[in-house]
Amino acid sequence: MDLTLVLAAGIAAGTVLVFAAVGEIFAERAGVLNLGVEGMMLMGAVAGFSTSAATANPWLGVAVAMVAGGLLALLHAVVTIHLRADQVVSGLALTFLGTGLARVLGEGLTNRQVTTLPHLTIPLLAEIPLAGPILFRDQSILTYVGFILVPLAWFWIERTRPGLHLRAIGEYPAAADAQGIGVYRLRYVYVVFGGLLAGLAGAAITLAISPGWFGDQTVNGRGWIAVGLVIFARWNPIRVAIGAYLFGAIFRFIIDVQGVHSIFGIENPFLPGRSATFFLEMLPYLFVVVVVILGRRASARQRIGAPAALGTPYVRGERGV
Amino acid sequence: MSPVTIRLEPRIATPRWLSAAATVGAVAVALVISGAIIAFVGGDPVRSYLHILNASFGSIGVLSDTLVKATPLILTGLACALAFRMRLWNIGAEGQFLLGAWGASAVVLTGVVPAGAPAIIVLPLMMAAGMLAGAVWGVIPGILRARLGVNEIITTLMLNYVALFWIQFWVFGPWSESGFQQTKAFPREAWMPRLTDLSDVVPAFGGLTVHLGLVLGLVAAGIVWLILERSQWGYEIRLIGDSPRAARYAGIDIARNLIVVFAVSGALAGLAGMSEVSGSVHRLQDRISPGYGFTAIIIAYLAKFHPGRVVVAAILFGALILAGREIQPSGVPAMIQGIILFALIVSDTLVRYRVRVERRAPAAPATPEPAVPA
Repeated sequence: MDLTLVLAAGIAAGTVLVFAAVGEIFAERAGVLNLGVEGMMLMGAVAGFSTSAATANPWLGVAVAMVAGGLLALLHAVVTIHLRADQVVSGLALTFLGTGLARVLGEGLTNRQVTTLPHLTIPLLAEIPLAGPILFRDQSILTYVGFILVPLAWFWIERTRPGLHLRAIGEYPAAADAQGIGVYRLRYVYVVFGGLLAGLAGAAITLAISPGWFGDQTVNGRGWIAVGLVIFARWNPIRVAIGAYLFGAIFRFIIDVQGVHSIFGIENPFLPGRSATFFLEMLPYLFVVVVVILGRRASARQRIGAPAALGTPYVRGERGV
Repeated sequence: MSPVTIRLEPRIATPRWLSAAATVGAVAVALVISGAIIAFVGGDPVRSYLHILNASFGSIGVLSDTLVKATPLILTGLACALAFRMRLWNIGAEGQFLLGAWGASAVVLTGVVPAGAPAIIVLPLMMAAGMLAGAVWGVIPGILRARLGVNEIITTLMLNYVALFWIQFWVFGPWSESGFQQTKAFPREAWMPRLTDLSDVVPAFGGLTVHLGLVLGLVAAGIVWLILERSQWGYEIRLIGDSPRAARYAGIDIARNLIVVFAVSGALAGLAGMSEVSGSVHRLQDRISPGYGFTAIIIAYLAKFHPGRVVVAAILFGALILAGREIQPSGVPAMIQGIILFALIVSDTLVRYRVRVERRAPAAPATPEPAVPA
C-alpha cells in the first residue's frame, strides 16, 4: 500500500467535505442553521450526474448541481427567514425532501457511465518533496478549487467589509439593521451560497471523487459530517478544511485497508474476518462524535461560541438577541 | 420598494379548527405537489394514489398489513414526540430501534434463556432487553448534551450509522445463518402472538398478521399521554420545551430531565425494534428498518407531539410505506414524506401568524411596524 497514494486520495475525498462545510459556515455565520446539507448534497449529486450522463459535459453537470443545491437552500431561506419557521425542523425537512427527490430523479441512473471532470498535475508544485505528490499530482480539478476556496472564504469572512457585515447579521442582526445592512437580503444570499457549495459537494462525489450514482448511499452521511465539522472548527474555514481533509483520509484509509493483504509488511488485521470491517466503517461516524465534543470543549474554554443569533429568525422591531 | 408589503402578525388566539384544518390542508397540498412531480418524471399520480389507498386499506387483509407497518411507527413516533415536546431533537430513533431489535435478538440467540422456555418468560425478557438497549443508545447523546452541551442532532444521527454497522456485524458475522445476511428464524416462543394464531377459535382471523406489538403501541401511547398531560413530570417536560428560562427559574433540573427523557425516548424506540423482530420479521436481518426512525420524526411533527394523533399519523404512514413499496420510482414515499413535512412547516406559520397584504401609500414614511419586505 503506497501511503502517498492513499493520502492523495484522502485529500480528494476531503474536498467533498470542504465544499459542504465551508458552505455551511457561510449560512451559519449569517445566523441561519441549515441542517439540510445532506439533502442538498444528494440533489447536487444526482443533478450533476444525470446532466453529465445526458450531455457528456461534466461542467454543465457541476453548474446544474450547484443550481439544484441553491434552489433547495432558497426554499429553506424563504421558510426560515420570511416565514420564521424553526430552522432545525426546516433543515430536517430539507434533508428528507432532497433525499426523496434525489431518489426519484435518480431512478435508473445506477450503472450509467458518466463523463467525469479532468484531472491535473500542477507542473512545479508536484515536484515538492512529500507534499507535492500528495497535494498536486493527478488530482481532480475540483480538489484545486477546494484549495483556493478555503483561504478565500477565510479572507472574505475575517478580513473584508462584506465579511464584517456577514458576521454582524449573524451576531447582532438588530445592530446590523440599524447600520443600514440588509439583514434579510444578506441572509438569503449566504444561505443560497451555502446551498450552491453543497450542490458542488454533491457533484464532486458523482463527477470527480467516486463517480457513480448509488441512490441515497451516494452521500452516506457526509452532509451530516460536514455539519459536525463546522462545530468542531468553531465556524472557521481554515480549521474546517483541516478537519475535512483528515476525515477524507480516514474514509479513504478505511476503503483501502479492506482490499490489501498486508500493511507495511504486516498481515492486515482487518481483512481476515470480513465482519470485522464493520467496526472500521463505524469509525468516521464515531470520530464525528469525538470531534464535536472536542469542538464544544474548545469553544467553551475560549468563549468562542456559535454566532449569537444562530437559529433565531430576525424580526425588525422586535427585541433581538 | 415594492408597492405592497406582506406582514406577519402574531395571532393572539388561535382557533382550534384552524390548526386542524391547516394540518389537513398541508397534507393535501403536499399530495398535490408530489403528484405533480410523479407526473413530471413520467408516472401516473392518480393511479399511484389509488394504488396506495387500495393496497393499504382495500381489504381486511391489507388493513392488517398496514397496522403491522404502523406498529413500529407508533412506538418510534411516540419516542420522537416525547423528546420533541421538550425541544430535544432526538433524530436517533432509527439507531435506537436497531439496538432494540438487536437486544431482543440477543436474548434469543445467545441462549440467555434455556431452550424451550415458555413465551411468557421469553417475551418479557426480550422486551426488557430491547428497551434497555434502546435506552442506552438514547442516553449516550443525552449525557453528552446535558453534561457537555454537545448538539444532540449530530450525535444521535452519527449513532444511527454506528448502529447500522453494529447490526451488520452481527448478521454478517457471529449470527449469520449459513452466510446469509440474517440470523436463523426465532423459535415460536420468541414470536409475539398474532391474530392469525387465534384462527382455530375465530376462523375470520386466519391470515391476519397484526400482532401484540400493536397493543403495546396503543398502551404506550396512553402512558405517554398520561405522562405528558397529566403528570408533574410531563408539566416539567412541557415547560422546558416552551421556555427553558422559565423552567430554570422554577427550579426544574433540566439536565436530569434531559437524560431521563432521552432514556425513555430510546426505550420506546427500542421496544419498537423488539416488536418488529418478535412480532413481524421473526429474525434479525440487515435492513430491518425501511427508515421507521426517520418517518417517526415526520409523524411526531404531523401529530403536533400529541400521543393520540401519533397513532393516527403512524397508520397513515404505515399505509404509505406498505403500499409505496410497489410504486415506481421507488423514492416516491420518501419524497412524499419530505414534501409533507415542508407543507406542515409552512402551514404552521399560517396558524401562528396572520398574513396581512397591504398596499403601501405612495409617499408614506417608513412604517415602524415589523415589516417584512416582499
